[in-house]
Amino acid sequence: MNIKNIQNEIVDEFDLFDTWMDKYEYLIELGKSIPLISQDKKTNDNIIKGCQSKVWLYAEKDAEKVKFYADSDAVITKGIISLLIRTFSNQKPNDIINANTDFIDKIGLRDHLSANRANGLNNMIKKIKFYAIAFSKNS
Amino acid sequence: MEILSKIESLRNDFPILNTSINGNKLIYFDNAATSQTPNCVINSISDYYKNLNSNIHRGVHSLSLMATEKYEDARKKFKSHFNAKSSSEIIFTSGTTHSINLVSSGFSKFLEKGDEIIVSQLEHHSNIVPWQMLCEKTHAEMKVIPMNEKGELDLNKFSKILSKKTKIVFVNHVSNALGTVNNIEKIISLSHSVGAAVLIDGAQAAPHFEIDVSKLNVDFYVCSAHKFCGPTGVGILYGKKEWLNKLPPYQGGGEMIDEVSFEKTTYSDLPNKFEAGTPNIAGVIASGVALDYINNIGLKHIKEYENYLLDYATKKLLEIDDLKIYGESKNKTSVVSFNIGKIHPYDIGSILDNLGIAVRTGQHCAQPIMDYFKISGTIRISFYFYNTTDEIDKLVDGLNRAIKMLS
Repeated sequence: MNIKNIQNEIVDEFDLFDTWMDKYEYLIELGKSIPLISQDKKTNDNIIKGCQSKVWLYAEKDAEKVKFYADSDAVITKGIISLLIRTFSNQKPNDIINANTDFIDKIGLRDHLSANRANGLNNMIKKIKFYAIAFSKNS
Repeated sequence: MEILSKIESLRNDFPILNTSINGNKLIYFDNAATSQTPNCVINSISDYYKNLNSNIHRGVHSLSLMATEKYEDARKKFKSHFNAKSSSEIIFTSGTTHSINLVSSGFSKFLEKGDEIIVSQLEHHSNIVPWQMLCEKTHAEMKVIPMNEKGELDLNKFSKILSKKTKIVFVNHVSNALGTVNNIEKIISLSHSVGAAVLIDGAQAAPHFEIDVSKLNVDFYVCSAHKFCGPTGVGILYGKKEWLNKLPPYQGGGEMIDEVSFEKTTYSDLPNKFEAGTPNIAGVIASGVALDYINNIGLKHIKEYENYLLDYATKKLLEIDDLKIYGESKNKTSVVSFNIGKIHPYDIGSILDNLGIAVRTGQHCAQPIMDYFKISGTIRISFYFYNTTDEIDKLVDGLNRAIKMLS
């Protein structure tokens, strides 16, 4: 599935819930199936700055596609990064670079985060795009 | 308890307490970060811009004279509230951080290599970093008063690190992260016995109890108006006259000068020497109104009621499985810092926010304390006189709901 379709799918799923408590429960659930970063990759270099909780993100290239792995010590954050991984993992570097991320606004997530947490989310997206740029240059 | 019968009418003074957050009535438990603002303070700011707006200490016109009088009235209020010897010992700044920087920056004049300065492990970053910058500049050395597992300072260790080399000691009156009330009387007398000056960061104390700087015999006492119902952007620096006269000006500009020529400028007397430029006139006047407001309720009554809330909250919270409170000193203000099992404070804070409950999560700008306990942060609730036991019950319900979702 392409990035746009995955994003639409996520927006539809979140539309099913009326309250943010339910949406949070769903986010927490999604976080449980995140492709986990291996313990030896949980280094300072792979920590995303600007988050109140710790978030580690690592990527590798498999054939033409980028695969992301992550973890966080906070379960809601883990849910958020799992949404990003679902969107961007197994996609081509150029598709990741060119993708927009307005699905986050559509599900209302950004409005629901405090400024510093929203900043953390922006840093997650930046790091994902940086990986894609690095891999696009290597190919 | 006198305050109990007045709570409803006091709460009506604060329009924000009727706000809804995410569809729930706001429960505000982040008072250690900033307190809420009563109508009288909001009206004072609005009245200033409607009726008085002009620059102080300069004009001969009526507006300027009236604004100057109100501004200086506020200074007199703080002078008598803190029992300073003279109004010129009260300097208005933009906040506690600014007050500390004003003093620490001036101290570069008095320090040299080989001198020592002393901080405590319980400090907010704003009472650590300015002094580290001072050490970088002067090559003085910073020593630390350690704390114990209850979150209390070890004053025996303090007397051991204190020496004739110590030039200034800077400690908070109350810890923002744990609520510990420090024995500043002892810290001041021990410091003075070796000839060291003392700065007390009273940001978390001034909102909750009476402070008598003359009785304390403290050299500098600093606090922020927005923590006791005043507006943001106003800080108070009390300094003994002999110290303020010795300290160099922090900023140059208008109002702080006596005579200016390109060859040499001489500075004004206190307090103007430290108030360069146009100050936050509306904010200072409104801070005086806030001071009257809390004094009208009575700090004794506020303290008594907050102790009651603290005891109630501590008891209720400890009924939750795996909840650990950090900061267990007997002498505390109404702050409870805690964690529940291995749940991240951020997760709990997010769920509570959804329920309209405002708490602080994280390190509370006090990383050395978190390092001591080897934790990444805590959830902190902090009360003021407008909070109620009913709100604490709702918090406990919210926490139980969050625990269910998060574990």
